[in-house]
Amino acid sequence: MRHFSYTRAESVSEAVAALAANPEAKVLAGGTNLVDLMKYDVMRPAAIVDINRLPLKQIEDLPNGGLRIGALVSNTTVAYDERVKERYPLLSSAILAGASPQLRNAATTGGNLLQRTRCYYFYDPSTPCNKREPGSGCSAIGGVNRIHAILGASESCIATHPSDMCVALAALSAAVEVEGPQGKRYIPFADFHRLPGDRPESDNTLAQGEMVVAVRLEGNHFAGHHTYLKLRDRLSYAFALVSVAAAMEVADGKIVELRVALGGVAHKPWRDMLAEAEFAGQPAEDVTFRRIAQRLLTGAKGQGENDFKIPLAEKVIVRALRQAAAGRPQDQSVKAIQ
Amino acid sequence: MHNSSKVVGLPLSRIDGPLKVTGQAGYAAEYFAPDMLHGYVVGATIATGRIAEIDTAAAEAFPGVVKVYTYKNRPSAARRDSKWKDEVALPGHPLRPLDNDKILFDGQPVALVVADSFEAARDASALVRVTYAADEPHTDLALERGNSYVPPVPRMQAFMPPKPRGNAEAAFSQAPHQISADYVIEGEHHNPMELFATTAIRNEDGTYLIHDKSQGSQNSHDYICNIFSLDPEKVVVRNSYIGGAFGSGLRPKHQLFFAVMASLDLKRSVKVEMSRQEMFYLTWRPSSIQTVSLAADEKGHLQSVMHHALHATSRYEDYQENVANWSGLAYKCDNVTISYEIAKLDVSTPGDMRAPGAATGVTALETAMDELAYEVGIDPLELRVINFVHRDQNTDKELTSKALHACYREGAARFGWSERSHEPRSMRDGNELIGWGVATGIWEAQMSPAEAKLRLTSDGKVTVSAAASDIGTGTYTILGQLAAEAFDLKLADVTVKIGDSTLPKTTVEGGSWTAASSGTAVQVAAQMVIATLLKAAQKLDNSPLAKATEEQVEIAEGRLVLEANHQVGIAVSDIMSAAGLDMIEEHAKVEPDKAIQKKYSAYTHSAAFVEVRVDAELGQVRVTRVVNAVAAGRILNPKTARSQVMGGVVMGLGMALHEEGMVDHRTGRIMNHNIAEYHVPAHADIEEIDVIFIDEDDDKASPIGVKGLGEIGIVGIAAAVSNAIFHATGARIRSFPITIDKILAETSLESETLQ
Ligand SMILES: Cc1cc2nc3c(=O)[nH]c(=O)nc-3n(C[C@H](O)[C@H](O)[C@H](O)COP(=O)(O)OP(=O)(O)OC[C@H]3O[C@@H](n4cnc5c(N)ncnc54)[C@H](O)[C@@H]3O)c2cc1C
Ligand code: SF4
Repeated sequence: MRHFSYTRAESVSEAVAALAANPEAKVLAGGTNLVDLMKYDVMRPAAIVDINRLPLKQIEDLPNGGLRIGALVSNTTVAYDERVKERYPLLSSAILAGASPQLRNAATTGGNLLQRTRCYYFYDPSTPCNKREPGSGCSAIGGVNRIHAILGASESCIATHPSDMCVALAALSAAVEVEGPQGKRYIPFADFHRLPGDRPESDNTLAQGEMVVAVRLEGNHFAGHHTYLKLRDRLSYAFALVSVAAAMEVADGKIVELRVALGGVAHKPWRDMLAEAEFAGQPAEDVTFRRIAQRLLTGAKGQGENDFKIPLAEKVIVRALRQAAAGRPQDQSVKAIQ
Repeated sequence: MHNSSKVVGLPLSRIDGPLKVTGQAGYAAEYFAPDMLHGYVVGATIATGRIAEIDTAAAEAFPGVVKVYTYKNRPSAARRDSKWKDEVALPGHPLRPLDNDKILFDGQPVALVVADSFEAARDASALVRVTYAADEPHTDLALERGNSYVPPVPRMQAFMPPKPRGNAEAAFSQAPHQISADYVIEGEHHNPMELFATTAIRNEDGTYLIHDKSQGSQNSHDYICNIFSLDPEKVVVRNSYIGGAFGSGLRPKHQLFFAVMASLDLKRSVKVEMSRQEMFYLTWRPSSIQTVSLAADEKGHLQSVMHHALHATSRYEDYQENVANWSGLAYKCDNVTISYEIAKLDVSTPGDMRAPGAATGVTALETAMDELAYEVGIDPLELRVINFVHRDQNTDKELTSKALHACYREGAARFGWSERSHEPRSMRDGNELIGWGVATGIWEAQMSPAEAKLRLTSDGKVTVSAAASDIGTGTYTILGQLAAEAFDLKLADVTVKIGDSTLPKTTVEGGSWTAASSGTAVQVAAQMVIATLLKAAQKLDNSPLAKATEEQVEIAEGRLVLEANHQVGIAVSDIMSAAGLDMIEEHAKVEPDKAIQKKYSAYTHSAAFVEVRVDAELGQVRVTRVVNAVAAGRILNPKTARSQVMGGVVMGLGMALHEEGMVDHRTGRIMNHNIAEYHVPAHADIEEIDVIFIDEDDDKASPIGVKGLGEIGIVGIAAAVSNAIFHATGARIRSFPITIDKILAETSLESETLQ
């Protein structure tokens, strides 16, 4: 950990000003990711802007039946909020599939969005890594890459975004409310995280000086048919090898609207809206689910150690869709897969 | 003397429990001294080669840094290898930290930054710039099979394979049923909760009190005194409480060397605590490849056993453990060939990890036994029962005891084994395939030389002392129980002092031998005190015990009495006051009985039964039930004993499903060096674990009937899990840990139903 300056922001504008003033500044929220990375000497912010005093701890109703979740609302609070459980049980479930109770108590909504990849090499500053040190190379390609991407990777980076919560937010088409020197803007969830391309150092599309103030969810009709299904190397407290957030509207045994987002497979929660649209009107049954899975995994490419993720993802998608269609969402406290 | 157990054998809570849960038990890193400095280690980032350049200027300039040590300025220490050899050193050249520019393994210490705070030392350590001239690393055991060798200097004769008996090759080829396969186990890394740490407190007169995380305070003491030519009288090493060790602390670790080195050099107290990452570069369970070939007749009687084991070692030492010899003694077989080799990799020297050797070798043997059962077409438990043997065929000795039949019987009954259907994939519940697996476990019942002092004071209370270590097993408690029993006291009236190098000599705490060894020493010391007391009693006028012999007396309710008639006796306090004694203290020395050892072998045994549920489509494995039936002689404390076995089972599940150091063989470096990515079982992975103890009356394994329990719990578990997975899915997975990718690759899971 290097020496850094510390500012406790008393207002959002103060935080934004502090961030805008110093390109090396980082926001400190729950600290469960940032502080670890600083101790490992992976992130070396010159300045820390502590936002924990900001009034971003509310979950508010929106006029369209949606919710606005403040950036500082803890993962636990979101997961157990009655309105979230009722309107967005998928989100609640995805959060509970991640990390541990202690971490979820400390982790914030904004921090969860901006958590960094768990690529082994990213975490070890003595290895080349384009994300950590642009231009140094990608050690994971040809190396230890069991947990790496099968979709949307590039020659510069094959890392995945590790969040569970974000996979649900992607499926729910959330919007990220950000504030910066130019004021407020809303970023559709699909555009918030980015693919690595030749700039893997950028995880997302936040501009310099911008911070997340909230996540907005619209009203939806998915509370009856949804699931979050996560496969991992142990039964809790491990990041996803493959996870699926599935939601659908079903009528007369047919899919009316479909949402599928994949976690653990790409640099961002993976969604293919074109593909989803193609399956409207199709029977909600295994044959369709399998075609959906294959369609979503078009172009999937393994890196050696993670080749298994491709067939695994196909099966997990099918099972998740089956759960969603049947209205039998995975209960995260039950370890048998329903 | 253990006629009327009032304390021994009871499920008593640990006497150090309240101290531990209230934070009062001090661990090695929790001691402080005025002006204490903190050291932080910089590790190599290549696996082999040398340091081309090392630049410490930026680190030295960092605020708070006092000194940065590298091979260029390391204070001098012993030159001869023999001075660096600790009590359990291995054949080879022990590592001397910062001795020269050569790098022999990933993470090898290349610098020590000493600063006035831990944070300053850690932060400055990131500023030490090292450039390396790296050589090509060799860390993949599979690629080094051709470079394996029989260790020229055995670590222990008993680890070397027994002479072949019969003709295993010929018997194999003639037998109607044969199986032969390779079994691979990835390297596992010690991650006890407590990190290695040393606090070297320098007193004004230059003497030292050193708190060291280790499994032997005297081993650390002698090691450090030898290396730095210190006066042994002026150094005290303590390991009062240990936050888990499992073998990792048998040999002194580099933080001990560094703390004392810096302290001597800077004349200040120094603490050096390892990072979690550093834990991955020391004392690991070596990666292994084993070939097991078994053959049986039509009925399943073993005709041939061949077991070849290979595991990794470092460039500088020949680590050895008993991997394959178990295959020669587990079952009755007349044709047996066992071979054992090691291969050098660019890695740190492996070391003992809970049931070293057995956890590895028995995993292969017991998976192979399951394969043989299916080849022959009989129940896997039945195969084990019909090949039962009452003799150690490796050494042709009798066994002190072997209640394994009862383990099989009672374990199977508790588990409900008779309900099992033989065919793989024949038991199912909803989406999950159910599998039941069994395995036998074996471990040595050992005794090592030990000493203990016992002091009886005139208030009738007792203090026991020995340089034993409690690595979390319950040593404090069981030694207290034995003393309490001998003096008919409550446990609270016994004080146990251990974990201090000045106390009576004790071998390092390992091999599950502490209870048998130190326990015997305590019991003998108690007998000696009682004998002294009797002599004093006999000097009294009209002593009712005038004619009694040592064997005839015992202590009951504060009186020395005739065992046969408690009416006859004298109060202990009266004897002592009449004799003018404030206290009686005796010092016992015990060692294994050579005559018994010549005739007998002693082992603990177990039968592990495991239920898994495997998602038929997705391959997710859950271990839903474990029954482990253990025969380990006399159980001094069923509560601490049960904890030991349960802990062993959990570690076995980790071996089966989770634990694996992931090495990038291009660089020879471990990449998952943190406990977020190096997986051990989490709570969700552990369901029902049922431990059964089968009593054994065995006065030959040790004089107090104890066989030891720390290790048997893990042995066989990984095999039982893999056998259960086979039973559930029909996929035989011979590579550990059994991760989901291996299950998907080996199993014809039910994707076809989706076509
Ligand atoms: C052992 C372990 C296991 C875990 N397992 C899982 C898991 O299974 N699934 C899962 O989803 N997660 C898991 N996590 C990750 C956890 O969810 C994240 O660490 C957490 O969500 C981060 O939130 P935080 O508030 O602590 O963020 P911080 O650590 O405070 O910040 C993280 C990043 O976000 C930035 N940031 C924070 N808030 C804002 C904001 N409002 N605007 C702009 N930037 C911001 C920070 O600058 C920093 O770069 C695990 C973490 C650990 C340590
Ligand atoms: S995958 Fe990305 S994060 Fe990992 S080493 Fe390559 S560039 Fe770095």
